[in-house]
Amino acid sequence: MTAKTSGAKAAKTIAKVKTGIQGLDEITFGGLPAGRPTLVCGSAGAGKTMLAAEFIVRGATEFKEPGVFMMFEENADELTENVRSLGFDLDDLVAKKKISLDYVRIERSEIEETGEYDLEGLFIRLGYAIDSVGAKRVVLDTLEALFSGLPNHAILRAELRRLFRWLKDRGVTAVITGERGDHALTRYGLEEYVADCVILLDHRVTDQISTRRLRVVKYRGSAHGTNEYPFIIGQKGISVMPITSLQLDHSASKERVSTGIPRLDEMFTGQGVYRGSSVLISGSPGTGKSSIGASFAAAAARRRERAIMFAYEESSAQLIRNMRSIGLDLEPYVKKGLLQIHSSRPTLQGLEQHLVMMHDEIAQFNPSVVVVDPISNLSLEDSSIEVKPTLLRLIDLIKKQGITAVFTSLTTDENIAGAETSEVGVSSLMDTWLLLRNQEYNGERNRTIFVLKSRGMNHSNQVREFVMTENGIDLIDVYVGPDRVLTGTARIAQAEKELAAAELRGRTHERLLVEMDAKRRALKAQIAALQAEAAAAEQETQFLIAENSLQTKADTAAAFRMSNSRHSSNDRQNNRKGKK
Amino acid sequence: MTKTAGSTAGKTAAGSPARAEYELRLYVAGYTPKARAAIDNLTRICETHLAGRYRIEVIDLLINPRLAAGDQILAVPTLVRHLPEPIKKIIGDLSNEERVLVGLDLQPRE
Repeated sequence: MTAKTSGAKAAKTIAKVKTGIQGLDEITFGGLPAGRPTLVCGSAGAGKTMLAAEFIVRGATEFKEPGVFMMFEENADELTENVRSLGFDLDDLVAKKKISLDYVRIERSEIEETGEYDLEGLFIRLGYAIDSVGAKRVVLDTLEALFSGLPNHAILRAELRRLFRWLKDRGVTAVITGERGDHALTRYGLEEYVADCVILLDHRVTDQISTRRLRVVKYRGSAHGTNEYPFIIGQKGISVMPITSLQLDHSASKERVSTGIPRLDEMFTGQGVYRGSSVLISGSPGTGKSSIGASFAAAAARRRERAIMFAYEESSAQLIRNMRSIGLDLEPYVKKGLLQIHSSRPTLQGLEQHLVMMHDEIAQFNPSVVVVDPISNLSLEDSSIEVKPTLLRLIDLIKKQGITAVFTSLTTDENIAGAETSEVGVSSLMDTWLLLRNQEYNGERNRTIFVLKSRGMNHSNQVREFVMTENGIDLIDVYVGPDRVLTGTARIAQAEKELAAAELRGRTHERLLVEMDAKRRALKAQIAALQAEAAAAEQETQFLIAENSLQTKADTAAAFRMSNSRHSSNDRQNNRKGKK
Repeated sequence: MTKTAGSTAGKTAAGSPARAEYELRLYVAGYTPKARAAIDNLTRICETHLAGRYRIEVIDLLINPRLAAGDQILAVPTLVRHLPEPIKKIIGDLSNEERVLVGLDLQPRE
């Protein structure tokens, strides 16, 4: 058979043919049943023809499966024109004999019926077209036009039954489109002929925002995603978005990238966040979300990497001007082509269309950092449930390409509990979550920042004060007192107070030192004085001793002299008596 | 009539002027009973009502499948009136003469 697909998962079930349509092959676990017809039904404008056309084009261009597109409602030129918006060149494929287009026109007013007939003519045409290109794929768009063209429905139904049998016998994988009926899947009950696979397309407008949806109603012999999946028709075809990504297989980089704010990097062990991770910055108005986002982008540009910013609240000129006020000049990066700023209101187009635009811009520019400011603008309050899968898809797309994404989110609630719950929708998809808060105290509001979570790394658990000056953004340690956290002037006042106290302490100490020194010196002086006194006393003593000995000598000498002069021994005695 | 079946330009009946007033093409897929009935019915009706003013071309799509697209043929047998304009199509074995005449604008609709 023609089935060249069927991944490991589908191997045990039936053979499948990849459609090549982004997301559809994931939902159907490998594509459409090979060699069998699939019914694609939906109301007008639901995208049936586009899906069918992409099935044929992808088959011809990517899977080497030529196809036949038989159309009943628009002619080949119109179809060619219409799918050119998806970037498909049917003329080229026809010229290369990869596809065959056949327009079947049925004009009821031209046709008269008399007697027996069959639709062999249609079979012959189809068979001829299939043979001419060796088709493996066939589209019949919209077969139901036959019902309005041919009055005899009994014959028609019998022939349709034969047609589907015939298609199976030919072994072609067919997509048959059908208009949605009021109470049934298709207006004329085509589903009763196509038992293998039925896909329902839907186009809904809620709150003036349109969303396309796709659901696999049945798929005989195969498991399939049963949910309604939003899909978009973009510049590169249809993209179906599984509600939850079926595979979480994006690689995880160990490389870190700077946030552009050194002190913020410090909170993530000094290296910033992981490359390819997604960062959510949430906070109430005026907390500085955009500034952090811009810092991220500027940091990337500084590393000579590309960054793209989707600004939904400011025009690019306004953004550049405003960022300049905090010392961040984005303009040179824009001029160098390292930074792109896209400003628009997402509600301008349908949301899905908008996301497609973002996707295309990202694919084209191939940035390493994407900043979406703010993501909350994409999720209008009422439709948050519908938006989530779409966002999820976007985040997945970004992650898959290893792009670091920064999303800012506006929270209306000032208290932290509110901020945490309101973000639950997207926060679970984020790897890192920074929360910015305004703290009002003492007659002023100050910005604080802290890391609520950051997967796979150590991060600071401290609240920092977030200061934006004309020199840039900085984070300052807040004063953590015994009973409260102080920011702004209160923090400054506290710091002053502490400084004063320290100074006072210092001075006291110094004075004490001086005092001690003086005392010591006084003692020293005292010691010197005493030593001098002692020396003086010593001298005195010596003197007295010396004086005494001199006196004695003198006396002896005098006595001797006297006795000599008297020449008598008595003299000595007299002398002794006289002395007494 | 058997000689016409299976040939692309089998001319039938009535001395064939270069350009007949009624240019008719009958598409069939093989020489089936339905095809035979259609050819028989058509010839009879034309001889009765358009003697000398018509030309019939029988086209077998099994032999020339590519011709099906030109006249937008789905059903067989299909009779296509190329002239006079506008183009008219009658599908079926042409067993109801009255409806064939209505289809060929030879008889006003009731």
